[in-house]
Amino acid sequence: MRYELRCRECNKSWGNQARSICDDCFSPLEVFYDYDSIRSSFTREKIAHGPPSMWRYSELLPLPPHYQPAVPAGFTPLLKAPRLARDLGTKHLYLKNDAVCLPTLSFKDRVVAVALAQARAFGFDTVACSSTGNLANSVAAQAARNGFKAWIFIPADLEPAKILGTQVFGAKLVRISGSYDQVNRLCSQIADERNWGFVNVNLRPYYAEGSKTVGFEIAEQLGWRLPDNVVVPMAGGSLITKIKKAFEELQELGLVEPKQVKFFGAQATGCSPISTAVKAGNLEIDPQKPATIARSLAIGNPADGHYAIRAINKSGGWAEDVSDPEVVRGIQDLAETEGIFTETAGGVTVGCARKLYRQGRIQSDETTVLCITGNGLKTTDALTGQYEAEAPIAAKLADFNKYLESVLDAPVKSAIPETVEA
Amino acid sequence: MTITVQIPTALRRLTAGTEKLTCSPANLGELLSELDQRFPDLKPHLRDASGQVRHFLNIYVNEEDIRFLGGDGYAFQEGDEVLLVPSIAGGAA
Repeated sequence: MRYELRCRECNKSWGNQARSICDDCFSPLEVFYDYDSIRSSFTREKIAHGPPSMWRYSELLPLPPHYQPAVPAGFTPLLKAPRLARDLGTKHLYLKNDAVCLPTLSFKDRVVAVALAQARAFGFDTVACSSTGNLANSVAAQAARNGFKAWIFIPADLEPAKILGTQVFGAKLVRISGSYDQVNRLCSQIADERNWGFVNVNLRPYYAEGSKTVGFEIAEQLGWRLPDNVVVPMAGGSLITKIKKAFEELQELGLVEPKQVKFFGAQATGCSPISTAVKAGNLEIDPQKPATIARSLAIGNPADGHYAIRAINKSGGWAEDVSDPEVVRGIQDLAETEGIFTETAGGVTVGCARKLYRQGRIQSDETTVLCITGNGLKTTDALTGQYEAEAPIAAKLADFNKYLESVLDAPVKSAIPETVEA
Repeated sequence: MTITVQIPTALRRLTAGTEKLTCSPANLGELLSELDQRFPDLKPHLRDASGQVRHFLNIYVNEEDIRFLGGDGYAFQEGDEVLLVPSIAGGAA
């Protein structure tokens, strides 16, 4: 096999199995690859001839031999963002737009695709997850597509669109009274008793590898070079560490020139255990009770918090957080300047990027990529009250002209209000 | 004053299969010392060399993370149910 699970801390090999913790030292397991066996088959030319999906990077994903993917996840657009760039005071800004990732419009489609490949290989007939919403949608959809039974555990107060977007696929949805952290703890206990493939519990090491494809795509879409900075929203903290791993693998295999990319983590102030730790210079997180509209990021005890802090520190980056009004403004800024409707997590990313430019932590002449990880149609309730319902007018040209005059006379709303400095 | 402690599957190899036990510690420090004594194999997995609870071990009291209850300072109450849960991180940094 060209990959296997090894303990991050004591380096013990665990082969390939549904397991996320080293029995010897109880540290997390990580997928390690035999890069020498991959080097000759993982080339720019071969990748260019691959499918227009994350499966073009299959050599660096932990997939069973001869795996035939059932969903074309990933390979989302990397867009130059000139108008948002001008607004932020830079010229070199890109958006990695996973708001249009298939099949369920968030980056979670990438991780679930890998987890379910292994779920089948390990013989599970039922897959499950604890989720703040996007993962729920993705597991439910891909379980349907792959013929698994699915059990999905969510905090009871999730956005209606994310609840409906899980149920429609026929998954068993269990709403838990409590925060995501309580749901996650319960799922650890359930996973202990049932022979289910929990994508983010016993399949987690494989699952997390799917996030690397965001990093592979950024590099390929920039013409096989690395950006100076990446801004990544953080919930459990896994995505930021895996984009970093992806960049390191590309350097190891000689597909990109070596470069120290700075990683910037973005959180909502109402749930900011990782950014709080980074700003305080702590290497461990203190858990928080989440209170933010950015519910997809509302994890108060992030499993990968420790590793996210390390990744940010080692890269020379930083972490920031923004208030709920700034999250809403971030959603609107991205929509108004670049025509992309992102969910609250994307508002967090845009809001934090604005702060980081203002602080000078991201320089205007550097190339920066913002990771937009989810779709705004799933969190429309975050915008409740932002737009007035216009009174209808008669279908008459005269009435329209009258209406136009009244609108043009109205004072123009400032597109970008002042935000509070950190 | 008696509390119940649940041992998850991952740790039972080190507790000779014990799934649940009752004991009467006043606080977290006493509980960990009690576990150290009963299950010497478990000891290195609970606290690091400096005596801090290991990063990858979460401790819950009646479904609440003990860190929200005051951590080391929390005084166990009669009937408390304590749960040890290894945290599930992905790695890579």
